[in-house]
Amino acid sequence: MTEQSSPQTVKFYQTGTRTVGNRLLDETGRSVQASTKRANAITSGHRACQGCGEALGARYALDAAMNACNSQLVAVNATGCLEVFTTPYPETSWQIPWIHSLFGNAPAVATGVAAAYRVKGRKDIRVVAQGGDGSTTDIGFGCLSGMFERNDDVLYICYDNEAYMNTGVQRSSATPPRARTATTQAVGDAPGNVFGTGKNLPQIAMAHNIPYVATASVADLNDLEAKVKKATAIRGARYIHIMVPCPLGWGSVACDTIRLARLAIESGLFPLYEAEHGAVTNVKKIRRQVPVVDYLKLQRRFAHLFKKGAEDTDSITAIQHMADFNIKKFNLVGIKEEKTK
Amino acid sequence: MSGKGNHKDLQGNHACALGAIAAGCKFFAGYPITPSSEITERMSVELPANDGIFIQMEDEIASMGAVIGASMGGVKSMTATSGPGFSLKQENIGYAAGAEIPCVIVNVMRGGPSTGMPTRPAQGDLMQARWGTHGDHQVIVLTPDSVPEIFTETIRAFNLSEALRVPVIILFDEILGHLVETVEIPNPDTLDLKTRKFAKGPREDFKPYGETKDMVPPMARPGDGYRTHTTGLTHWEDGFPTQIPAQVERMTHRLSGKMIKHRQIIESWEAIDCEDAEIIICTIGISARAARQALKPARKKGIKVGLFRPITLWPFPEQAFKDVTKSAHTILIPEMNGGQLILEIQRLCGDAVRLVGLNRMDGEPIEPEEIETRIKELAKIG
Repeated sequence: MTEQSSPQTVKFYQTGTRTVGNRLLDETGRSVQASTKRANAITSGHRACQGCGEALGARYALDAAMNACNSQLVAVNATGCLEVFTTPYPETSWQIPWIHSLFGNAPAVATGVAAAYRVKGRKDIRVVAQGGDGSTTDIGFGCLSGMFERNDDVLYICYDNEAYMNTGVQRSSATPPRARTATTQAVGDAPGNVFGTGKNLPQIAMAHNIPYVATASVADLNDLEAKVKKATAIRGARYIHIMVPCPLGWGSVACDTIRLARLAIESGLFPLYEAEHGAVTNVKKIRRQVPVVDYLKLQRRFAHLFKKGAEDTDSITAIQHMADFNIKKFNLVGIKEEKTK
Repeated sequence: MSGKGNHKDLQGNHACALGAIAAGCKFFAGYPITPSSEITERMSVELPANDGIFIQMEDEIASMGAVIGASMGGVKSMTATSGPGFSLKQENIGYAAGAEIPCVIVNVMRGGPSTGMPTRPAQGDLMQARWGTHGDHQVIVLTPDSVPEIFTETIRAFNLSEALRVPVIILFDEILGHLVETVEIPNPDTLDLKTRKFAKGPREDFKPYGETKDMVPPMARPGDGYRTHTTGLTHWEDGFPTQIPAQVERMTHRLSGKMIKHRQIIESWEAIDCEDAEIIICTIGISARAARQALKPARKKGIKVGLFRPITLWPFPEQAFKDVTKSAHTILIPEMNGGQLILEIQRLCGDAVRLVGLNRMDGEPIEPEEIETRIKELAKIG
């Protein structure tokens, strides 16, 4: 386990952490979390696993949204890990009005909440709906598409950990090919999840021509905050898809959460971009492409691909092709090498 | 203790999955939901290894839809879920009942309403299982009370479903789903498995919903060469929609008529120490396990107490219940809900006997001691 996690290599273009105590950065460039006036929409003491990407992503996203709307925020939450670990009876981590609805109806409930505030003439109150990849890409997909189509004034955030972690790691339509889950076991001729096209929710959201769509990652929290801030200021339906690694479901060590999220970006598997009214407006470039193997090897859910003497090179190559496709499609590699000496 | 021969230590959910495989189930569509996910997970491994197909669908509604489609294609099909998912499946279950499509639906009950208590047991879906979908319709509901019985009742569910072209619902709760007991896995050759009748004979004469002696018309698979028309609209013998009152009347009467006609194979129950019983406990599932425990100490105290346990909950084994409870002056109905089974007992007994409910809705099982105490109190009152 531990030998998978090598010490983090120092990158010279880093300007250090953007949170508290960073004197290299201008105050405006610092994270919302660095401010003494931070909202703490989700307080500590919740029951997320060690290294949970979703807990981190939700805290940064919600605090950024709170900051952007003068703390006039209502959150609707679909059933899932986030709902469960933040609200163990009789406690709650939420410092904002928070509604847990059902597994599949969060976008519709948020539509209703937004309508109520419109009736009351409260333009200052913003509505955010959130769910995991299961509730977003599977059971709640119909409601979400309706919310987009009507351009309801809701910011929907999907925390994508690529399976149903809350019920015990079953596959979702966001699960990557070949990943082992409880319902796609690493047995038989084609172990792990099927090699399908998957369901690319950001692209589907873009196809609705809604005002704003973005992908974000817990590996780049400053970028995440900027996108949430921008989205909160826009009226109409908005969608942000955040990649949040899950040590439990991915079979990775807790301290590798950020590393995995970063490798997903740098391999090209998870491109960071923004789109407005159906067209890509901004792409977060990567310095150099990392082979997908570096990303896959850190996760036990892909361990069957690397069996000694029986490496599944076909699958690895196919996954590499997926990453290469993204690199080309979004023109991801393009930063000139900086001289480090 | 086990591991030898054909005995296996299994949790209820896994026993259900293996029961389905033993019954010849070749298709499963499901969606993750606590506390029934282990059925789905087990089927994802067992079905591909047994020439079947497992699909994890995008939601509960789609799962039920796929099961209907697979069954219409001529394959024994099943899905499994818990309360919230069971609610979502209801419209499809009504379609299966109306279009007479055999299928098996497992509901591992948890606390409700709504999301309720996903990891806690309850028996709150008794009435929903019977009347969850709209309109007059017929379903069969089975309520096993042990892991071995989950295995055998799952096989029986497929047999009934195939024989009568009716949706069969298996109801048990979170405790039974996760309880591990030893199950005897029978030799497949010894099992009496039923398969639906398929259409035979000339195409021109084929009526997909025609009158037959047993009131269960044969099915034609798409591709068998027969012209079929299947719809959720009220239909006539040829399958086409009808609103002619006489036809509608005969159609709906056949649906309930086939259930009455085949009552003998549908109904199943267990009666313990009821011959001379003055107090009879009537309950199902895990609550019946508690009641069983309470019988002995009460009998030792000289209290004439017995247990009547419907294994087929719906249609309720009415005649058996009436016969068994003849000598009783009191019927105690422990159930993990606000009082659902008691409504059926009330319907059957009227004011003739004293009915007493023992209800828990706190996510905890009813303990044997609670039932024992209640029996003693009731015996004192006489």
